[in-house]
Amino acid sequence: MSDLKQTPCAELHRRLGARLVPFAGFEMPVQYASILQEHRAVREAAGLFDVSHMGQIHLSGPTAVASAERLVSCPVASLAPGRVRYGLLCNEEGGVVDDVTIYREGANELFLCVNAANIEKDYRWIVRHVVEGTEVRNRSDETGLLALQGPACAAILGELAGSDVAALRRFRFERTTVADAPATVSRTGYTGSDGFEIYLAERDTPRVFEALLSAGTSRGLEPAGLGARDTLRLEAALPLYGHELDDTTSPLEAGLDRFVKREAGGFLGAEAIERRAEAGHPRVLAGFEVEGRGVARAEYPLRHGGRQVGVVTSGAPSPTLGKAIGLGYVPPALATEGTRLAVEVRGREVAVRIVKTPFVDQER
Amino acid sequence: MAEYDIPKQLRYSREDEWIRLEGDQVVVGVTDYAQQQLGDVVFVELPAVGTTVETGEPFGVIESVKAVSDLYAPVTGSVVEVNADLADHPDQVNSDCYGDGWMITVAMDDPEEFEALLDAKGYLEYLDERGED
Repeated sequence: MSDLKQTPCAELHRRLGARLVPFAGFEMPVQYASILQEHRAVREAAGLFDVSHMGQIHLSGPTAVASAERLVSCPVASLAPGRVRYGLLCNEEGGVVDDVTIYREGANELFLCVNAANIEKDYRWIVRHVVEGTEVRNRSDETGLLALQGPACAAILGELAGSDVAALRRFRFERTTVADAPATVSRTGYTGSDGFEIYLAERDTPRVFEALLSAGTSRGLEPAGLGARDTLRLEAALPLYGHELDDTTSPLEAGLDRFVKREAGGFLGAEAIERRAEAGHPRVLAGFEVEGRGVARAEYPLRHGGRQVGVVTSGAPSPTLGKAIGLGYVPPALATEGTRLAVEVRGREVAVRIVKTPFVDQER
Repeated sequence: MAEYDIPKQLRYSREDEWIRLEGDQVVVGVTDYAQQQLGDVVFVELPAVGTTVETGEPFGVIESVKAVSDLYAPVTGSVVEVNADLADHPDQVNSDCYGDGWMITVAMDDPEEFEALLDAKGYLEYLDERGED
């Protein structure tokens, strides 16, 4: 355990009775009381996640925007200061290096929030591909990140924020304070519910976590771990790097077309992505519900007509729907809504049906 | 550290099952330690009545929200009864692991096997050795 990194809130998690597990090189809380209870808290009231393991890579200088346009699949020049977009860093083969959110802080300042497991890889990738005149700084270690998610989030954060955060629209952010600590607050999240993500200096993070918990308890706020984060994002059909996305998967196979500037192009991997689309994708991501008894899990085979046609990338029981759901890659002809396939659960075929995603959509 | 309810009158396996003797049959379930480690149980797959189970071999599967784990038979014999309620109420494993959360009843081939199982004191020591007490 000694070579695991700890978030600034590690002591606090222990005190709150969290079960801590290794995740992406960090010791992280997977659950406090119960994954189901934490999941429901987010859908019905609010949950507070410590996601300080995630990375922040800052770009600045006169060519910062040009560098970002080259690096990410979404448009950046059109992103006004105070706005956030989701996008992909792609390699020359059109595979995904990482999926990120990109924050436009000023005319020449941006930062990318990246997956914990990819911080070093992304940093090297970015440094290698920025245009001359862009300074790249990895500020992951000095930055804490809390996610306050659920319908009660605006009321709770409103009590502690130095600005009218309830008025902040989705995919906007602002510099403000939370419990008097300087913070970047953005109306974003990874749960499919309304929510805020709060970037803080590392040293302020545990104190703000505790202040939010105290302010929110009467409104049903609970601390929530990675277990609930995973079932929540799966219900929202949000991809998880390493499951739905990897260095070989095109964003278009993953159904992320609307985050790819296909007409403008000009970003790393753009040509390969188009070439692959023209050739036809052998597999695309689809969502399914399990109709029989059982839970489909990542890496279980998906079968049709007695043979394997694909593989599950994520699967879990959906606490909101009361049935097991999953995402997986299948040939495009079998990815249409209503198609019946089977998942192989311990040598046995269990019926699944392709359904529309997201499975649950609670966002405003 | 965590507290576990380990009743004195039961026997235990090193795979975190409890065993209760009833004549020459045993009732089997998972311990409070196991259910706490698993978290919310969402699915339990049990063998059919009449199936032969073997000491140390998997006889079923228990799934929590997060993970899948095998259930290991603490004795050799044939399954004479299964808890069918768990199909619709797997959460009984969390709420009442020593009662409504029971899993199977096994007619033992060799009743002496029961005597070789850990008692409560032995099981607690075993949890302690694993650094879980």
